[in-house]
Amino acid sequence: MFDKEMTEKNSVAPGHNACSGCGLVLAARLVLNAAGKDIIVTTATGCLEVTTTNYPHSAWRVPWIHSLFENSSAVASGIEAALKAQGKADKIKVISQGGDGATADIGMMCLSGMFERGHDILYVCYDNEAYMNTGIQRSSLTPFDASTSTTPFGKYSFGNPTNKKDMPAIAAAHHIPYIATASVAYPQDIEKKVKKALQIKGPKYLQLHAPCPLGWGFKTAYSIKIAKLAVQTGLYPLFEMENGVITSRKKLARVLPVEAYLKEQTRFKHLFVSEDGKKELERIQAMANENIKKFGLA
Amino acid sequence: MQTTKTLYGEPGSSVQNKTGSWRTERPVFLHKTCTDCFLCVLVCPDGVVFGSNKIYDVDLDYCKGCGICAEECPVKDIVMEREVK
Repeated sequence: MFDKEMTEKNSVAPGHNACSGCGLVLAARLVLNAAGKDIIVTTATGCLEVTTTNYPHSAWRVPWIHSLFENSSAVASGIEAALKAQGKADKIKVISQGGDGATADIGMMCLSGMFERGHDILYVCYDNEAYMNTGIQRSSLTPFDASTSTTPFGKYSFGNPTNKKDMPAIAAAHHIPYIATASVAYPQDIEKKVKKALQIKGPKYLQLHAPCPLGWGFKTAYSIKIAKLAVQTGLYPLFEMENGVITSRKKLARVLPVEAYLKEQTRFKHLFVSEDGKKELERIQAMANENIKKFGLA
Repeated sequence: MQTTKTLYGEPGSSVQNKTGSWRTERPVFLHKTCTDCFLCVLVCPDGVVFGSNKIYDVDLDYCKGCGICAEECPVKDIVMEREVK
């Protein structure tokens, strides 16, 4: 088959205004293609929403609704309840999406409510590690020492002073049946995890690492390469957790030093210029080592 | 008089927005050493790489020229060429 029809099957149509090399829309396309056509999708405010729905156009080829920044999961809850009342809940799946800010900061309350009430929804968090849509401000999923526009590096600062919020652990504290992390570097893995999640009844949480060339500062062609390095250095562990037990993890054949991941990005370049930066690098390496130990990656 | 037709966009109507004009480099598929790994189709952020049986190509109407396909191709069967008029 050598025709463009193949591209017409994508649930996210081309022509959207996402930046060249965007990891986020790539992730969204992979997730929705894996989910099939019998879905209803809600999306919180963020890059994903503003780039795909420039009035009067829409890039979505599946039923899609935009909510506010904070209530993507609450809108999805309502849709799921309505489907249940109409007896269509078995046939139509509900997917709720948001960026890292919409998930871990602004939408936390509604997300927690969704988990707690046990709605049959797959929540997908596209983690590009800052508020990219409004100009790269830090979110609570921004990693330690990353320079953003609200945590710039300088004489007295190495960038973001806090650690990445452990969202999968927060989701796990709600005792939901399925939690997974994935990365755009492993497209088949995303497909597998989304398909598996949609088979399970109850609230599901999927966190996807999606590099942003603009916000992180790297060449557009390196999106997948950077995402892969984050996994291979142990800074972004990929695992699946079912009913509170980790059932699978992405084993690392070769663990790379964190420098391999950090030096590729301008948001971390200040760590490589001074002696004090070396100490910070050691701290980040310690975090990676802890991840590797905790999840048994090596 | 009708001022607003709809408050929503038609599904997939973004195809009217030809983002190919953003491009400074275009991917060229050489069709020489391709191993049919399908990675170029999977990793395209715009989802505009298509094909099968070792023959793949890109829809240049929408390709933004990010170069991910060329970077990720394990056998380097895709190269980026400067866009010239």
